[in-house]
Amino acid sequence: MTRAMLALLRRDLRLAVRHGGESLMPLVFLFAVLILVPLGVGPGPNLLSAIAPGMVWVAALLASLLALEHLFRPDLDDGTLEQWWTGETPVGLLVMTRLFSHWLITGLPVIVFAPVAAQMLYLPDRALSTLVVSLLIGTPLLSLIGGLASALTLGTNRGSVLLSILIFPLVVPVLIFATGAVSAAADGLSARAHLGLLSALLILAVTLIPLATTAALRLNIE
Amino acid sequence: MIWHNIKVGFHRLGSPPVFHRLCRVVAPWLWAGAAICAAFGLYKALYLVPPDYQQSDSFRILYVHVPAAWQAMAGYLVMSVLAVIALVWRIRTTEIMAMMGAPIGAAFTLICLATGSIWGRPMWGTWWAWDARLTSMLVLLFVYLGIMGLYAAFEDKRKGARVACILILVGLVNIPIIHFSVEWWTTLHQGSTISFFGESSMDSSMMPPLIWMVIATKLMFGAALLDRSRNELIEQDRRKGWVRQKLGASA
Repeated sequence: MTRAMLALLRRDLRLAVRHGGESLMPLVFLFAVLILVPLGVGPGPNLLSAIAPGMVWVAALLASLLALEHLFRPDLDDGTLEQWWTGETPVGLLVMTRLFSHWLITGLPVIVFAPVAAQMLYLPDRALSTLVVSLLIGTPLLSLIGGLASALTLGTNRGSVLLSILIFPLVVPVLIFATGAVSAAADGLSARAHLGLLSALLILAVTLIPLATTAALRLNIE
Repeated sequence: MIWHNIKVGFHRLGSPPVFHRLCRVVAPWLWAGAAICAAFGLYKALYLVPPDYQQSDSFRILYVHVPAAWQAMAGYLVMSVLAVIALVWRIRTTEIMAMMGAPIGAAFTLICLATGSIWGRPMWGTWWAWDARLTSMLVLLFVYLGIMGLYAAFEDKRKGARVACILILVGLVNIPIIHFSVEWWTTLHQGSTISFFGESSMDSSMMPPLIWMVIATKLMFGAALLDRSRNELIEQDRRKGWVRQKLGASA
């Protein structure tokens, strides 16, 4: 069971490394957005530091959308996905593994470069740790929600537009609590309530979304 | 014996011709009931209820706004129940009904948002506020649109219906958020003034028209749901024998 999961993880990561440039796209996109914001709204530090929590989070959200179209589709096209049901490993665990590798590729780089992003938008220093923690809890949520939406749209041929319509309502709470936490920290208040609710969302999502994703994948390969 | 008959009757509803016949018989009655309740309710709401001491006549929009909002959420609950039935027992007519609820629910959500906005302009001084109640209602609209879009994107309608049923169940988390949003957050939108258990903070003279309008929207939803499901069924089965038989060879 663990062997199958590790093999899948290793394969996904190896593919990501070999497609080096493509895997860096989410990060490049994140910084493209973060560079455009000051140019668009003006470089005044006051305004920028006020909108920094929201902008970093919206950019992270958009960046996580990029790789979603290819999350399950290549496996569907070459028939690998059907093989998931023939092995003895529960498909939910394979789905989790796939989402974990998606998070390693799109979520983790954003967290690593969050301090740089925070500096670009003059986020107050005292809010930096909260930003990193909110990204640590929140980006796995983005991967889970994105994975569900990508599984739901797998059987359609115009996935991308639909994907964003499906994801938008589901990520609203994530965005609200995550930016709420960072804004509170920037104002010198406690962010624990927001982070607690964000963690509760993550626990709920980790338990239920793989089930729904598996069900959706299964309907789509029938 | 009675239980057995109920069970058989329920299973027979899974048969498209039986379902078609039932919709055709029941839907006109629901429409008629909705029209009578709405006419009665609107007459009371517009002529008999006294103006509010503060808002004068503009509060009367609540007789459309509140029933539409409740129906937008109740419709979602109905769809969720149908979605569970559709996913567990794979009954085709239930799948179709779950899908056909989405455009109706979306319409009620839109009515709720529009009337709220029209009322908000003179009362709050703004068309829109990003508070929790308004935002969660907007999210509901997009959930409805997502369900419709997902269903429409599939070539195979049965597969599309089942996949969209999963989305219905996922989107269900939003319903309690809408309901409790005015308690969990400080919102510009007022808290609940109407309570079924205990005393409402709304004057009792304003209640009866609201009840009539709520009944009217419930009946309207049911009637529209049956009509839409019947049409969808006919469209999907247009090449099948029972439709040709029912509608004549020209169909």
